[in-house]
Amino acid sequence: MALLEQDYLILEALQGGLPLVAEPYKVIADQLGMKEAFVLERLNDLLNNGTLKRFGVIVRHHELGYRCNGMCVWEIPIERIDEIGHAFSQYDFVTLCYERNKRFPDWPYNLFCMIHAKDRAHVLQHVDQLVRENDLADVKRDILFSTRRFKQRGARYNDCRPAHVSLQRAAQ
Amino acid sequence: MAFSSLIVRTRSACKMIDEIDKHLLNDFQRGFPLCSRPYLEVANRLGIDENEVIGRLSRLKDSGHVSRIGAIVKPGSIGASTLAALQVDEDKIEQVASYINARDDVNHNYLREHDYNMWFVLNTSSKAALDRAVQEIEEATGLQVLVLRMLKDFHLDLGFDLKWHS
Repeated sequence: MALLEQDYLILEALQGGLPLVAEPYKVIADQLGMKEAFVLERLNDLLNNGTLKRFGVIVRHHELGYRCNGMCVWEIPIERIDEIGHAFSQYDFVTLCYERNKRFPDWPYNLFCMIHAKDRAHVLQHVDQLVRENDLADVKRDILFSTRRFKQRGARYNDCRPAHVSLQRAAQ
Repeated sequence: MAFSSLIVRTRSACKMIDEIDKHLLNDFQRGFPLCSRPYLEVANRLGIDENEVIGRLSRLKDSGHVSRIGAIVKPGSIGASTLAALQVDEDKIEQVASYINARDDVNHNYLREHDYNMWFVLNTSSKAALDRAVQEIEEATGLQVLVLRMLKDFHLDLGFDLKWHS
């Protein structure tokens, strides 16, 4: 799944979003000195090889009425983590689901799922459903509701490309 | 008087999302057309014209409903990233938040109800750069960073069904 040098440049050029003009991929390609067909082919490959999870409209939950986000954290026994992780991902109200490292003494939780809902009551209902349907009543958990959003944007990959990749070089 | 009521009406009109907007927001979160004229393709599927698609998406972007049309990169496939948290005293929250927000390697930062109250995502070019960023943050804030590395991503991210009718 190695990325081509040009892939970094294409993803970098897309960071601010696909231009809202009739031929947006051509705009990106021209910026990078590439062919439009090449840009399209690379995006297609990156989707097929799993580097990209999806390509499309990225909505802002809060502005669309999903004003409450609860980060629900669980201390799942290691032998159940795959089962529970896969099970949680099937619920449409779960928007992220990761296994993360524990950090003792004060962070025993190893499974994180993000739940977006209209309000707190709905988040709590969803969590109850997860507990009930996955037999998790005895599992230690916590819900961290967000109270302020300071910053939300897509990741920037400007500095992520290998040091030898530069725009000039790719354009040659 | 008439002027202020006009402003109110204009504002509420801006917030209105009609059926076509709902389709634009819900149906194209993945599988966005990869072809020369993607907005034309979207337009054909919705039975409107290309300029209208571009106009509506611009408006939804201006109103904040749409962040962008873009790619969601699988965590870990480019650079190194992590979720991180700080325990910040109430009276230092503004100060620490402005420092964290100003960092170019931070893309999300939320205040949450917990002893660990400031939660952010760090995105850097490499594991070494990530370690350096954590160290910088600790030096700048005088706080210990709780670093919670991702071990496994279970979620496929097929987009988010907005469930307009519920």
